[in-house]
Amino acid sequence: MPDTPAGLEARSGDAVIMVGTTKGAFLFRSGAARDEWEMDGPHFPGEEVYAIALDQRAGRRRMWAAPGSAFYGTTLRSSDDLGATWSGKEARSVKFPEASDLSLARIWQIRPGRDSEPEHMFLGVEPTCLFESTDGGDTWAPVDGFLKHEHRPKWTPGAGGLCMHTILPDPSSEARMVVAFSTGGVYRTDDGGATWRPRNHGVRAEFLPDKHPEFGQCVHKVVHHPSRPERLFLQNHWGLYRSDNWGDSWQDIANGVPSDFGFAMAMHPHDADSVYIVPLEGDFFRCTPEAKLRVYRTRDGGASWEALSRGLPQENAYETVLRDALDTDGAETAGVYFGTRSGKVYASADEGASWTLVRDGLPPVVCVKAATLA
Amino acid sequence: MSVTVVLPSQLRELAGGRSAVLLEGGVGGMDTVGDALAALRAAHPAVYDRLVTERRELRPHVNVFVGREDIRWSGGLGTPLADGSEVVILPSVSGG
Repeated sequence: MPDTPAGLEARSGDAVIMVGTTKGAFLFRSGAARDEWEMDGPHFPGEEVYAIALDQRAGRRRMWAAPGSAFYGTTLRSSDDLGATWSGKEARSVKFPEASDLSLARIWQIRPGRDSEPEHMFLGVEPTCLFESTDGGDTWAPVDGFLKHEHRPKWTPGAGGLCMHTILPDPSSEARMVVAFSTGGVYRTDDGGATWRPRNHGVRAEFLPDKHPEFGQCVHKVVHHPSRPERLFLQNHWGLYRSDNWGDSWQDIANGVPSDFGFAMAMHPHDADSVYIVPLEGDFFRCTPEAKLRVYRTRDGGASWEALSRGLPQENAYETVLRDALDTDGAETAGVYFGTRSGKVYASADEGASWTLVRDGLPPVVCVKAATLA
Repeated sequence: MSVTVVLPSQLRELAGGRSAVLLEGGVGGMDTVGDALAALRAAHPAVYDRLVTERRELRPHVNVFVGREDIRWSGGLGTPLADGSEVVILPSVSGG
């Protein structure tokens, strides 16, 4: 077995990248310049880590990860010392009620709740469900209104599984939240989770005879900015969309991208008009178009997109960036980070204008989360 | 009636570091592997959770042997146990 990782020695203002792979998690730290990165890992060697997060609310510095063993299932772990020690496997149990006839396959998303509710946390899991904790993550239960949703028998898994990958609480209302999952699409609650309505009007389902069903879309990722939470950006299984009304309607914004297929999407931390994506050629060839590794950015809410490629390989780059493998940090000049299925992690310290390779040779990267330490 | 459950190394931390757990059958006994796992659940619920899903199915890459016999070929969780049986839990050959 690899040596036990020591955890990150980090200070306030440092940048942290948390990388989940199919065979463990790797942590990276840099000073505010984000030019040299130290690596710590693998954490949970041999276990897949599809979800990782850092909760800095209420003075915490709590890292969360959801390692999944191919043999013994998925657990939820936390660390208050940036990975030096992790809570035990038995400490936090995420389980479906036996009466549900469902069993947890994977945790896809760990989402600290609103700043106004620092003990609230959410999980998006497979088979699709929203789990909630109101005690800072110690105990968990599925949100009943979603667990028992009348559409559940008709939700079907995509290639990755029936996964809830997006959880967007309204920062100004404890009653409203958007979730997204594949396949099923976007659902919204306006009553604190008691009821959930599909919000997919205008989003294409290319793989169904009815291209515009009420639900059943294969939405890959949705992001929004807390300063303008009603405006959602959506990367679809074919299609790039924006909604200005919490998903009530969607408009196509695939203006000037080489493909509107892709998985990853990330919001700029300060600019509500700026979004990053990594287009892929298509569903039958899920690699970067023209074998060029390019991040695309809009700075005008999707009216136009520009390629960001300086420092990235522009030939023989048959790369795939998955839905949670692209993120931004909270620095004043935003850092942007992504990881590839070929085990590379790239970073930009200048909002995507230029890129450097942080690490090569990792197991396939399935999630990347970045943060500036408070 | 007593049955010993031998744990794989990855799960020993969930059983206080033990490599094997001795289970004593109460009323109703431990006639089957399923009974033994129920007794294991009472003694070490975190170990049970790693072996069995919420649907009470053995996780697909967990193998359980009674002696040298894989229970998949001898009746699954209904495989009979005798006094002194040894139930061995091992991860399967899988992965990439």
